[in-house]
Amino acid sequence: MDFDFSDDQKFLKSEARKFLEARCPVGVVRGVLDDPARSYDIDLWKAVAEQGWMGAAIPEAHGGLGLGGVELCAIAEELGRALAPLPFASTVYFVAEALKLAGSPAQQGRWLPKIAAGEVIGCFATVERPGVLTEAGVQARVEAGALTGVKIPVTDGDVANLAVVLAKEGGKPRLVLVDLAGAGVARETLETLDPTRSAAKLTFTGAPAEPLGEAGEGMVLAEAVLNRAAVLLAFEQVGGADKALEAAKQYALDRYAFGRPIGGNQAIKHKLADIYIKNELARSNAYYGAWALNDGAAELPVAAAAARVSACEAFWFAAKENLQTHGGMGFTWGVDCHLYYRRAQQLGLVAGGAKAWKERLVSQLERRNVA
Amino acid sequence: MDFNDTSQEAAYRDEARAWLAANAPKRSGAPDNGLDDPTNMEECRAWQRKKAEAGYACITWPKQWGGGGGAQWQSVIFGQEEARFDTPGNPFQIGLGMCVPTVMTSGNEADKERFVRPAVRGEEIWCQLFSEPAAGSDVAAARTRAVRDGADWVINGQKVWTSGAHFSDFGLLLARTDPDVPKHKGLTMFWIDMKAPGVEVRPIHQMSGASNFNEVYFSDLRVKDSQRVGAVGDGWRTSLVTLMNERLAIGGGGGAGHRTVLKLAQEISTLTGLAVKDSALREKIADWFVQAEGLKYTRYRTMTALSRGQTPGPESSIGKVVSATLMQDMAATAMDLEDQFGIISDPQTAPLAAGFQTALMNAPGLRIAGGTDEILRNIIAERVLGLPQDVRLDKEVAFKDIPTGR
Repeated sequence: MDFDFSDDQKFLKSEARKFLEARCPVGVVRGVLDDPARSYDIDLWKAVAEQGWMGAAIPEAHGGLGLGGVELCAIAEELGRALAPLPFASTVYFVAEALKLAGSPAQQGRWLPKIAAGEVIGCFATVERPGVLTEAGVQARVEAGALTGVKIPVTDGDVANLAVVLAKEGGKPRLVLVDLAGAGVARETLETLDPTRSAAKLTFTGAPAEPLGEAGEGMVLAEAVLNRAAVLLAFEQVGGADKALEAAKQYALDRYAFGRPIGGNQAIKHKLADIYIKNELARSNAYYGAWALNDGAAELPVAAAAARVSACEAFWFAAKENLQTHGGMGFTWGVDCHLYYRRAQQLGLVAGGAKAWKERLVSQLERRNVA
Repeated sequence: MDFNDTSQEAAYRDEARAWLAANAPKRSGAPDNGLDDPTNMEECRAWQRKKAEAGYACITWPKQWGGGGGAQWQSVIFGQEEARFDTPGNPFQIGLGMCVPTVMTSGNEADKERFVRPAVRGEEIWCQLFSEPAAGSDVAAARTRAVRDGADWVINGQKVWTSGAHFSDFGLLLARTDPDVPKHKGLTMFWIDMKAPGVEVRPIHQMSGASNFNEVYFSDLRVKDSQRVGAVGDGWRTSLVTLMNERLAIGGGGGAGHRTVLKLAQEISTLTGLAVKDSALREKIADWFVQAEGLKYTRYRTMTALSRGQTPGPESSIGKVVSATLMQDMAATAMDLEDQFGIISDPQTAPLAAGFQTALMNAPGLRIAGGTDEILRNIIAERVLGLPQDVRLDKEVAFKDIPTGR
């Protein structure tokens, strides 16, 4: 039994934490929050690229570090903890994973080294309307290598160079790769709940698009990418939830009312204990997801859904109750509680909301029960 | 991240499995009613003796005291393997998990010599006499009096919630020896002979119908000063040793619950069709699954720490607080699905042999025993998160002057 990060992985994680504490203090996050013109922090992006993190799970042959999924999970937890304002998830958890899953050798050779070097930002464009992603909801179409349609919202679509797009070809869904520098691409930046993470509406009018994976496999591949991303995002969520708990604890110790720290009241103590419990359950589920990501492909659909459901619940609960613990100060712009509150929602929705993932989880369990 | 044994672990597991296959007894067929009233006590004792002789009882204890002289991870692996066999119940758990370790840590040499080996071999059974009617969560408020009389102590009072008192040979007793000092300072620990005159055991009839616990009354029970465990007035510190020795909650844990609800939902109708198609129920099943799996993998993290020779992190403290409410929620929801049929508790008639009805009636006990939900949250808040203790109005007050509300 070895159900934890290894010593090497722990070292990587603690180095990542130190790096982000130095390079991504909350001022960097607020820099993006307070400047509508900025979608992410370019200096931090470059610094993170120098660390090789975008290529952590990209093979060395393609310019990556050639580490495993578990190492990427360790990095993800630290990025989540730091609320890093970066298009990291879109680029690495979605687009790089999609290329690794379905890309041709030529596509992998062309794009993975650029992603590993931090030269390319990716985005994963699937939905077009409010509500859960379904096959019927995909209207974008590709004909003779030209993509037409609208994708909204596309996280990091305003700054991305490369898009993986879900569209229909001959009435059947498939994935395509679109170089966003090409013709037939219009972008409109959207106002987002979490301004430290940007999104856009992408309008394609006959944009050149090359197939990614087989025709007709769009939904299956999109789901496979979402499963992988869900695990990695769960680590970001666990990192954020831990930091929110620490903030709540510190405030509960520092803030005096009725002659003593508010953290001496059971209403606060039990609330924080409940945050701790949810965080630990989420961490354990995320660990199982990490194992499945690396070694247990057959278990991944269940493990990913469990990791996501647990992490969504934990980060949301930690973020809202951290804010509540701060009282009126928590409702101000100047105190950081709203940064976690916003990010918890952003991460909780970006790969599809918890409600839909619960349904996916139970469908898997039914199949397992029958088998 | 790896679920496989290391080669060392695998070797130990093979060895344990082979030994169990050759030695584990076949069940007599008597129902396993746990601590309730083991009808198969002789089988339990025989199995414990056999394990002790092979070094599989109290695996982590020194060989000098009859233990196995092994490591925590070995104990965990043996426990997992033993759970695969249909072995007799374990009426020795409280004694070997809490009482005897306290004797080993705080008792005198003669007591260690006298008690440890027979307990390991299952020859003598112990119970723990801490809780009282007016000292539950606040166990340091124990009122049972021990008054010195020459070389003896005379004990009067009442204990409650004592598991296994009716079949125990000895008990570890927390008593008030000085009511004139603050409550934590006036307690002293003793061992007592449960068969001595002046000890009366009365079973508690629980709401579930079972009787797993007892009240124990003391009327002029006379004990020798040599039966004292630890110094006079040091009983609270000694009791903390007992509570810290509580076995690591590793092993089973009702993981099957969500599966059973899912099965039930495939056979039961709602107004809108089969229950299994009901999205509200499906969301609940997902929530339960995630909690049960989260606990399972939290136990794996604890085992990993043990396997690496490290002390498990505080995450091992969340188990009961999650599982007890989970059990209650699942039971109530399942009975709601059964609708009017849910009122039937006859296992012959109720779905799934009335499993959910039984769980519903046991869950309140689980939320209270061994630390209530509220006390466990306090422990997490104080010991894990470092938040301040509750305001204690009785802290600096002589015990006899503490308000009792009566």
